[in-house]
Amino acid sequence: MPDVHALVNDFLIKLKRRKIEGSKATAKVTAEVLRSFISQQRLPNTNQAGALIDAVKAVGEQLIAANPVELAVGNVVRRVLHIIREEDLSLTAAAIGGLSLSAGSDDEDDVGHDEHPALSAAAVAAAARSTLRPPSLQTLLEDVPHTAAVPHTSSSGGDSEGKSKSADKNSSTKRLKHNVIEAVNELIQDIVTCHEQIAEQAVEHIHQNEVILTLGSSRTVVEFLCAAKEKKRSFRVFVAEGAPRYQGHTLAKELVTRGLQTTVITDSAVFAMISRVNMVIVGAHAVMANGGVIAPVGLNMVALAAQRHAVPFVVLAGIHKLCPLYPHNPEVLLNELRSPSELLDFGEFSDCLDFGSGSGSPILHVVNPAFDYVPPNLVSLFITDTGGHNPSYMYRLIADYYSANDLVLQRRSAS
Amino acid sequence: MVAKQSGRNRGGGGGGTAAATEVSVEELARVPLQAILLADSFATKFHPITLERPKVLLPLVNVPMIDYTLAWLESAGVEEVFVFCCAHAKQVAEHLENSQWFAQPNFSVTAIESNNAVGAGDALRLIYEQNVIRGDFVLVSGDTVSNMSLAEALGEHKERRRKDSNAIMTMVITQSKTSPTTRQSRLGTDELFMAIDPDTKQLLYYEDKSDKGTVSLDKTLLSDHPSIYLHNDKQDCYIDICSPEVLSTFADNFDYQHLRRHFLKGLLDDDIMGYKIFTHEIQSNYAARIDNFRSYDTVSKDIIQRWTYPLVPDVQFFGNSSTKLDRQGMYRASVVGQSRSAQVGPFTVIGSGTTIGSQSQISNSVVGEGCKIGANVSIEGCYIWHNVTIEDGCQLKHAIVCDGVVIKSGVILEPGVVLSYKVVVGQQFIVPAYSKVSLYQQPIKQDSDEELEYADSSTGFMDASSLSGLPDKLKEESTIQLSESQLQAASEVGSGGVGFIWSTSEGSHEEEWRHSVAPIPPAKLLEIMHTSNNELEVVQQDGNLPPSGELERDSVTANSNDYDDDDVDVKDDYEFFENEVEATFKRALEENIKEDDVILEVNSLRLSYNLATADCSGALFYSMMKSALSAPHPSPSDLVKNAATVITKWKKLLKYYLPSIDEEIEVILKFEEMCLESAKEYSTVFVQILHLLYDKDIIQEEAILNWASEKEGADETDKLFVKQAEKFIQWLNEASEEED
Repeated sequence: MPDVHALVNDFLIKLKRRKIEGSKATAKVTAEVLRSFISQQRLPNTNQAGALIDAVKAVGEQLIAANPVELAVGNVVRRVLHIIREEDLSLTAAAIGGLSLSAGSDDEDDVGHDEHPALSAAAVAAAARSTLRPPSLQTLLEDVPHTAAVPHTSSSGGDSEGKSKSADKNSSTKRLKHNVIEAVNELIQDIVTCHEQIAEQAVEHIHQNEVILTLGSSRTVVEFLCAAKEKKRSFRVFVAEGAPRYQGHTLAKELVTRGLQTTVITDSAVFAMISRVNMVIVGAHAVMANGGVIAPVGLNMVALAAQRHAVPFVVLAGIHKLCPLYPHNPEVLLNELRSPSELLDFGEFSDCLDFGSGSGSPILHVVNPAFDYVPPNLVSLFITDTGGHNPSYMYRLIADYYSANDLVLQRRSAS
Repeated sequence: MVAKQSGRNRGGGGGGTAAATEVSVEELARVPLQAILLADSFATKFHPITLERPKVLLPLVNVPMIDYTLAWLESAGVEEVFVFCCAHAKQVAEHLENSQWFAQPNFSVTAIESNNAVGAGDALRLIYEQNVIRGDFVLVSGDTVSNMSLAEALGEHKERRRKDSNAIMTMVITQSKTSPTTRQSRLGTDELFMAIDPDTKQLLYYEDKSDKGTVSLDKTLLSDHPSIYLHNDKQDCYIDICSPEVLSTFADNFDYQHLRRHFLKGLLDDDIMGYKIFTHEIQSNYAARIDNFRSYDTVSKDIIQRWTYPLVPDVQFFGNSSTKLDRQGMYRASVVGQSRSAQVGPFTVIGSGTTIGSQSQISNSVVGEGCKIGANVSIEGCYIWHNVTIEDGCQLKHAIVCDGVVIKSGVILEPGVVLSYKVVVGQQFIVPAYSKVSLYQQPIKQDSDEELEYADSSTGFMDASSLSGLPDKLKEESTIQLSESQLQAASEVGSGGVGFIWSTSEGSHEEEWRHSVAPIPPAKLLEIMHTSNNELEVVQQDGNLPPSGELERDSVTANSNDYDDDDVDVKDDYEFFENEVEATFKRALEENIKEDDVILEVNSLRLSYNLATADCSGALFYSMMKSALSAPHPSPSDLVKNAATVITKWKKLLKYYLPSIDEEIEVILKFEEMCLESAKEYSTVFVQILHLLYDKDIIQEEAILNWASEKEGADETDKLFVKQAEKFIQWLNEASEEED
C-alpha cells in the first residue's frame, strides 16, 4: 500500500509541476498508476465493484485536480472506471448465466451501461431498449454465440448483485480484479500503439503528389506522414512553424531526415499558402464530445483558412484524447496561459516592466495561451485508432468508451 | 578524485563507449546535487515586519517566499537542500515541518539552525564545519524566485572546473536595464557595474556601490584580457554555483561576511590563490531576488504576469490552494465572497475565504486568505496578507498590510505605507506616506553595519513567541489600564488604534521612496531628471576631451604659454575652474579631507576643464591664500602668520602641482596678480610671503630669479613687486654666486 501511495504522490507532483508533457505520455502513466493502484487495492467481500470504483474515483479526482488542463488524465480515469463497470457486469452476467438463475428482472433503473459482449444480440436489444440507450455499434456488430438469453441485472454499485454473487464469491473476488487489470493492460497497449494504428490509415488519406499542411509538431502527425512515405507515396509537406514554441522547426528536421519534401512557412503565411494545399493534417490536445478540438494555438486560424478554400481539415487523435465532456462544461479548463518568456526575452523588455516609475501598474501585458478551440463545423474528419469519423459522430464514439455515471468526476471535489 | 573526474568526463562526452561496469562505478561516485539555502537575509530592509517573522516566510502572492525557492530547487534537480536558519529559526523549521517538503521523494530538506550568525559568512563557515557538502553546490538565499534550469549552468561550471581547478564559482546573471532616470534597477537595487571577459565569461570586476558614478578598473586586467565588456545592464540573481573550495575560502577568511561585498570582491582582488569566478547569463528564464520592498512589488507583479511560470498562482506547485485564472490576469480562489457591485480589476489575486463588500474596487493588488473587505473600499497596488479586516470607506494605495491588521472605517493609507502584524488603525486616520507602523517600538539606532533582522532579546524586544496573545492583551489594556507607552502607541495611529509609527532616520529618509512598494512620485522623478540633466551637461563638456591624458597635457602646455591671448572662453573656463578649486579646497579644510583625495579631485577638475597643471598650481595657491585671508588678521604680520600656517599645512599638496620651474613661476605670477587685483592686502607683505615660499622649499630660487629677469623689460607698473622684492632677489643672486 505505501508504495502505491508514493507512486500516486510522485505522479501527482509531476502533474502539478508540469513535469509530464504530452497527452500520450500522461495518459500512459495515468493508466499505469491506476493499474498498480487497483492491484494493491484490498476489496471487501461484498460490492467489490462499488468499492473499487469509489477508490479509483478518489484517486482520479486528485489526479485531475493536479493538472486540470491535461484532459487526458481525466479521460483515462474515466476509461478505467468504465472498464471496472464492464468487467463487473460481465462477471455478474456470467454468474447468472452459469447458475441459470432467473433472479434479475427488467427493472433496471440505471443508465449508461455498456452491454456485455457475452450476451446474444437479442438479449442486448432487449436490455438496451429497457435502458433507454441505443445499442452501441460495436456491440451490435459483435456476434458472440451464446444461448443463455437471460436478461441480466446490470447494476454497478447496487446492492442487488450481492445475493447473486454470493455463490462464487471467492472466485469472483479474484476474477474481478484480475479482469480489470487485464483490461487496463489492454488500454495501456492501446495508448502505446495508437500512433501505429492511426498511421496505418495514412495511405488511404494521402494521395500521390498532394500537398499537406501542418502546424506545430505532433508525434501522431509525424508517424502518419512517414507511414505514407514508407508506402511509396510521394507528396510535399508545408510546415507552419507554430509560434511561439516553434515546434514546427523540429518537425521539419525530422521529416527531412525521413526524406520528405518539406517547406517551412511562418504561421502568418498560412492563409497565403492554403490555396496550394490539398489537405491539412494536424494533431490535437483533446477532442471534445461535440466534435470540437482543443488544439495547439494557431490552429483555429488554419481551420478557418482551410474552410475558406474548401481544404479538408483532418485531425489525428489517439483514443485517449477523446474527452467525454462538452467544451461548455464548467469542469473543462480550456486553456492555459504559459510564460511570456516564450515570446519575449525578459532582459530586453525589463525596462518596460519597471514598476518604480509611472503609475506602478504594468503597462505591458503579454498573453501566451497554449491552446485554441476549433469548433466542430471546421473539422472535416477525425482519424482515431478505430478509423475515420465525422465530428458529429464523436459523441457516439464516446458513449462506447465511457459510462455516463463517470462523466462528472470533479463536481464532487468542488463542492 | 581523479577517477571520479574522468568518469564524469565520459558521462559528459556521451557515455556511449563506456563499459557497463564503469557506468555503475560512475553512478556510485555520483554526488547528488546539493544546495545551501540561506533562510536569513542578514539585513534590515524589511523592518519592522521581520521583527516578527523571518523574511523568507513572508507571503509573496500568498505563498511564502521560501516555497518558491524550494520548488525551484526541486524542479531544477537539486536533491539535497540545507536550509540555514538564523533569525526566527524556530519559525522557519516549523514551516518546513508543516509543509510537504520533508515528505518529497528524491528531495531532502535539512534545517540547520544557528543563533549567533551575523552574516552569510558565518553560515557558510558553520556548514563547512558540519562537513555535509560533498561536491558542487548551489548557493541561494531563501528569497529567490526563479524558474531557470540549472543543467546548463551546472554543465558549464563542471566543464570549466575540469580544465581549470581554480574556477570555483559560477554566478548567474540576467539582463536588466536600469532605469535611465533613477539609476536603479527594476528591483530597487543600485546600479551594478560588472566587467566580464566576453570570451571566457570570467567576471573581472564587480561594483554595486559606486557613489560617484565612476568605475576604476585595474589596468592589469586590460593587459591580461584581449577584450573586456563593462556592463551596467546586468542584474545579479544571487544564484551561485560553487565548488567546495568556496566554503574553505570562507573558513580561511574569517572576516568574510557578505557574499558580494567581502567574498566576491576579496576573490577578485586576491591574486594569490588565483581563484576565478565566471558568469552564466540566463536568457529567457526568470530569476530575481527580493531585496527590498520595491523588489517585493516588482517580483509579485512578474509572478502575476506569469514570467515565473510554472511558479504561478493557478498552478499548484506546492501546498497552495486551487486558484483559477480569469480573463486579464485575475486570479481567484475557488471560495471568494464578492459582492455583485464590487469591481475587481485586472492583475489581481484574491485568496480563498475572502469577502469583498459592495462598491469596493480592487486593482493591481494581492489579497490574501480570509480577509474581510467592507463596502466602498478602494485598494490599488496593495499587498494585503491573510486575515486582514478592512472596514467601510477605506482608501489604500500601494501599501503592504500584514496578517491580522484591522483598518477601521474611513482610514486612508498613503502610498508606501507598511502596516506590520496585528496593527489596528483607528477611524478616519490618515497614515502618512512611507510610514511604517508596528506593535514594536522602534529600536534605538545602532551603529553597527551588521544589524540583524530579528529582535535580539538583549535589546529589550518581546520575543516573537510571546507575541501570540499580544493584541488582545493590548486591546484590553487600552480600556482598563494604559501604560504610558501604550497610550502613546494608541494615539499614534488614531483613536482606538494600536501601533507605533516608526520614524525614519534622517539619512534613510531620502532613500525611503527608492525602496518602497509605491512607484516613485513624479515630483521626485522630475528632481532626479533635473540633476541627471545637469550631469549630462557636464558629460557633454567632457565630450571635447582628447581621449588620452598624455595627449591632453601636451596640447595644453602649448596652450598655456599664450594663455593671455586666448579667447574669452578659455578665460571663463579658467575662472570657473578657479572657483571650483577654491570650493574644493574650502571643503578639504572644513572636512579634513586627505591630501591625496584633494589631489584626485583637483585632477578630475583639471581634466574636465581641459587645463594644464600650471593652472592647477595657480588656482590652488590662489585658494590657499584666500583661505588665509578669510581668517581674522588684525595686522599684516598676522596675515603672514595665517598664510604661513596654511602653506605649511598644505605644502605637500602644493608641491605636487609644482613639478618644474614653469609652474613655480606661474605661482609667483598668480600671486602678483592677486596682490594687484583680488587681494590687495597681500601687496604690503609680498616679499615676506615670497620669502616664506622660498623657505618652505615650495619655490626655488631659480624660479624667482627667472621671474625677476622676465620682468626686466616690463612696464613700470608691472615692475612694482619686482622692485619690492629687489633686496631679496639681490640676496638670492649673491647666495648663488657664492655657491658657484
